[in-house]
Amino acid sequence: MERTLKKYFAVFTVPTIIAFTISFVIPFFMGVYLSFCEFTTVVDAEFAGLSNYVKAFSNMDFLNALWFTAKFAVIAVVSINLFAFLLAILLTRKIKGTNIFRTVFFMPNLIGGIVLGYIWQLVINGVLAKYEMTMFADAKYGFWGLVILMNWQLIGYMMIIYIAGIQNVPGELIDAARVDGANPLQVLKNVTIPMVMPSITICLFLTVSNSFKLFDQNLALTGGAPSRKTAMLALDIFDTFYGRIGFEGVGQAKAVVFFILVAVIALSQLALTRRKEVEN
Amino acid sequence: MKKKLVSILLCAAMISTVLVGCGSKEAADQATDETTEESAADTAEPADDTAQAAGTGKVYYLNFKPEVAEIWEELAELYTKETGVEVKVVTAASGTYEQTLKSEIAKTDAPTLFQINGPVGYQSWKEYCLDLSDTDLYSWMIDKNLAVSTDEGVFGIPYVVEGYGIIYNDAIMRNYFALEDKAVDISSAEEIKNFETLKAVVEDMTAHKEDLGIEGVFASTSLTPGEDWRWQTHLANLPVYYEYKDKGISDTDTLEFTYSDNFKNIFDLYLNNSCTAPTMLASKTVEDSMAELALGKAAMVQNGNWGWGDIADVDGNTIAEEDVKFMPIYIGVEGEETQGLCTGTENFFSINSKASPEDQAASVAFVEWLFSSDTGKDYVTNKLGFITPFSTFEEDEKPSDPLAKEVLRYMEDSSLTSVAWNFTSFPSQTFKDNFGAALLEYAQGSMTWDDVKNTVVEQWAAEKAAIAE
Repeated sequence: MERTLKKYFAVFTVPTIIAFTISFVIPFFMGVYLSFCEFTTVVDAEFAGLSNYVKAFSNMDFLNALWFTAKFAVIAVVSINLFAFLLAILLTRKIKGTNIFRTVFFMPNLIGGIVLGYIWQLVINGVLAKYEMTMFADAKYGFWGLVILMNWQLIGYMMIIYIAGIQNVPGELIDAARVDGANPLQVLKNVTIPMVMPSITICLFLTVSNSFKLFDQNLALTGGAPSRKTAMLALDIFDTFYGRIGFEGVGQAKAVVFFILVAVIALSQLALTRRKEVEN
Repeated sequence: MKKKLVSILLCAAMISTVLVGCGSKEAADQATDETTEESAADTAEPADDTAQAAGTGKVYYLNFKPEVAEIWEELAELYTKETGVEVKVVTAASGTYEQTLKSEIAKTDAPTLFQINGPVGYQSWKEYCLDLSDTDLYSWMIDKNLAVSTDEGVFGIPYVVEGYGIIYNDAIMRNYFALEDKAVDISSAEEIKNFETLKAVVEDMTAHKEDLGIEGVFASTSLTPGEDWRWQTHLANLPVYYEYKDKGISDTDTLEFTYSDNFKNIFDLYLNNSCTAPTMLASKTVEDSMAELALGKAAMVQNGNWGWGDIADVDGNTIAEEDVKFMPIYIGVEGEETQGLCTGTENFFSINSKASPEDQAASVAFVEWLFSSDTGKDYVTNKLGFITPFSTFEEDEKPSDPLAKEVLRYMEDSSLTSVAWNFTSFPSQTFKDNFGAALLEYAQGSMTWDDVKNTVVEQWAAEKAAIAE
């Protein structure tokens, strides 16, 4: 077995490695290099030192976007995981039609972010039209619009992961707890949650990184309006890149900072929740 | 147990990557769907490719105007049939030209013919613009000042002249002037020659809007992000034009926005006499407001002659072709009685200086054919509907849609002075976006006019400084 694996290792992995290198590794390192350059197109870059990084922080746009993103991420991560977990518990209760409900809740996840953004823009504007307003009247509408959108899109997906986790909790553990006199809440707290910690890790990781990297939904729903108050980090990078002549490098510098930030947050979250996982 | 769970999760994660991939691709797709379609069509003819490689060059045009994409493709085919030179046309989706150009031009098979939007655009693309001063195309230009040129040469040649102003439905205006109790003493829309009269007419029309059967005088002042260019670029051109004129300059690092009150005059008039409440404007698009004019819900809309298609294509439009008229945008400046429409261009052809000499020659030949051969000129006039700045076009070779005719009428009227398109000197897209956002907040009542004015002045200086570095 081991030997055949070794023998065919190259056949199975080399195509993937080549694709990964072309579409990820090379662009990534090129991107880092370009953040130190001044360029219009990626082939005619001129080295410019750290000036792009200085410019990236010369106005408040990036920091405002960071603050907005952080607020959004906290609310979205908490609400998505809470609702997804509750739904998962409900839908593992052997209620009639469980499979239909699971499918229905999962479906929004199959629609692209841009489409969702425009759909929700119509919905929210339609509701606010009753009050002679649009979503751009105040940044708070855009903020809550984004939260609702992300919840709608991601709850079903996280729910599936939680369901997989909950179904894998050994029945004998729960029975034993019941025999010992634990009430349902205690079972949940002391048996189910510790046992689904791996699912929680994955779900938190996915929601945290998705919330920070959110772009399509933001672009389509608000486009940053009013006055860039609802622009998240990725959208700010995009606007920087295309908004001014000669600012391509600055956008690139912001993107590098953005990458480091997301990596640090996501990795520390992984390390934190991993520690709580138990072996069964 | 745990292993199994982990593998399930990993599968889920993989699926998610695929889904997320699809999600973001959709965004990119909007920009490139035309591109892929085109390049697919292109790769289908490799035989032609190799046949042409010996000797003559190829043309690759990156088109800016999605509304005429099909016509450009027809033209390309026609030219290939006539001369055997391969022409590839790729169209960037609306609002994504710069993005598409940035990625296309970095490729080995880069566009040989593309367009820049004026002096500011030239700054971005100067490494890629070929000197065109020796071409016939340049020699045909009637007014050579319109070209983008520096001391070193001519780098962008305009291929279309456009004009904008206030488009009005003359049928509704005639109804208004026929009213017994109208509050003004003029009797036709053509007699509106300054802001004061315009304001009096518009406000009285609003008072009579039931009699006239309209929902508002002006169509919606569309302020959805990305749909606000009629205000932050086109309307903003007027105060900037007059400020430049007072100072005798054509560009500046610090705009004082001395005519900000005039801008406010006309902008308030648009907002307060519209068929849409000011707080609802952030849900309106340019297309919406053109439709409002076409359907007779509004009597006036600010836009340019490119908007004719938007009016003509509306289902059930009630506006007669001969009733579509232009009026200059009056903002209450001294002596504006002789002001014409805002005419100019932000469409300049440039040839890729990094393309092979054969391809460059082929591209120049293609453009020259377009603007001098009978077939080319017929397409330009009748299908593309361009008013061109070239001497190769005879009197009877001018586009015949009502708005283009109006633009020509205003241009030929020597008693009027056209307003130049000074917005080509606006510092950056970021400036325009921030200006538009401020106008939106003003319309919604969350920002005062003084704040809007300060935003413009500060942003102008900041953005000019940012790109000068």
